[in-house]
Amino acid sequence: MAAHDTNKVDTVTGMSTTGHEWDGIQELNTPLPRWWLWLFYICIVWGIGYVIAYPAWPLVSSYTKGVLGYASRDQIETDMASLKVQRGDMVAKMESASLADIEKDPKMLEVARALGKAAFGTNCGPCHGQGAQGGPSYPNLNDDQWIWGGSLDQIYQTIQYGIRNENPESRQGPMPAFGKDGIIPKADIPIVAAYVVTLSGRKPEGNVDLAKGQKLFAENCASCHGDAGKGNPEVGAPNLTSNIWLYGGDEKTIIETVTNGRGGVMPVWAGRLEPATIKALAVYVHTLGGGQ
Amino acid sequence: MSVWAKHQIFEKNSIVLLIGILIVVAIGGLVEIVPLFYLKSTIEKVEGMRPYTPLELAGRNIYVREGCYNCHSQMIRPLRDEVERYGHYSLAAESMYDHPFQWGSKRTGPDLARVGGKYSDEWQRAHLNNPRSVVPGSIMPGYPFLAKTPLDSQHIGQMMKVLALEGVPYTPEMIEKAQTDLIAQANVDDAGAADLVKRYPKALARDFDGNPGTISEMDALIAYLQMLGTLVDFKTYDKKANVR
Repeated sequence: MAAHDTNKVDTVTGMSTTGHEWDGIQELNTPLPRWWLWLFYICIVWGIGYVIAYPAWPLVSSYTKGVLGYASRDQIETDMASLKVQRGDMVAKMESASLADIEKDPKMLEVARALGKAAFGTNCGPCHGQGAQGGPSYPNLNDDQWIWGGSLDQIYQTIQYGIRNENPESRQGPMPAFGKDGIIPKADIPIVAAYVVTLSGRKPEGNVDLAKGQKLFAENCASCHGDAGKGNPEVGAPNLTSNIWLYGGDEKTIIETVTNGRGGVMPVWAGRLEPATIKALAVYVHTLGGGQ
Repeated sequence: MSVWAKHQIFEKNSIVLLIGILIVVAIGGLVEIVPLFYLKSTIEKVEGMRPYTPLELAGRNIYVREGCYNCHSQMIRPLRDEVERYGHYSLAAESMYDHPFQWGSKRTGPDLARVGGKYSDEWQRAHLNNPRSVVPGSIMPGYPFLAKTPLDSQHIGQMMKVLALEGVPYTPEMIEKAQTDLIAQANVDDAGAADLVKRYPKALARDFDGNPGTISEMDALIAYLQMLGTLVDFKTYDKKANVR
């Protein structure tokens, strides 16, 4: 076999052959497409450039860092810093400003509300709804009923440390399971539930001894919900006269609530979110409509 | 004899060609894979990491069984929008006890690397039973059977033994107490809760599925979800400590 004799031309196709021959069969020399070949060479050159510019080769205890000194961990810090710059000094100012001052300054309020709205969507919306409209067992934040208080400071405290979680700063105090734990006899629960229905100006179903219901309420419920059932934000006892219900205001649901107790949980946000973001959220929620 | 002619040795002897291929491929492996086992910046150790508790491990098995990884990643990349939304970027060390890791490759749902503590147990229950009840636009399927299915935990100790063989630092004591630890974590004020926390710092013990008395698959899965990404305290984390 003649090695690499490319001068031979195949008579049928008119193309040159590689010169390889097996039992009289010859191989046509079909070169790679020119564009493909050039792309291949460019990739090699690019690869060499990349190795010089970026981290590439592992060494004994470290690796080549590349002349650009790129590291994704540095890159993200630069990006976060540029985000801070992009947001302007308003956010930095918010970190030290008091909540009331943020609300008083129209420019700062605008920034806080924008920042709060974005943070609310991803962090608070899953429970309270994207429009803060709430849902069963998650309070509506637009109305003027506040379980743990609707002042700026109270909202701020709630967002920072949450409700009934493992953080010692969180708001504590679940409603006892009056029925399940035998604090109120089972037969008396519908009576106290009927009385609770009357607190919001409605008529209970059936004929119940409301005087007894009132007595039971005074003995068991009033210490948290108040004698008139107006609630107490210090212990997270909702107002029972407003006809705004977290779990449902029909008699059946109230019986269930008294029997098993309630205790909604909200997570801790301090540490998870930036301090300025938490402040912005407090201002955002406070200005939704019901802030006190 | 030119170099090209010498190449005929490979072309004409299949065994030589095979050995040649193996050597060339092995160089790729040596250069790309082996350094990951010794470079300090890739085997960074991070304060706070501990193996999964038996209940969390059982929950993780359910996570894998139900294919959660098909739609949820557990990998926050060091990109601005991801860090803004999900929190600190994930560290390799945070999945050091995952066999296999659950980084995933697709996000139909959100990333779950730091979902622990973000929602209440009640929300997790409602969401797993029927995602639309709390997230109206969700396309996630419901998993209402989890709350009704008692957790089959009889093999959890053996599973820990296997993981120990793979390098997860489960002590013989941890394996021996697997069942008691599992029960202690799924109940409120269980006598074994103190020992559990001693063995597994930061372990949360409570009735995750809101149904005291039984340990369901829901208990295990929520216990797992509620610890995801919570072990490392990033206030004390020094990103430069392992960079040389």
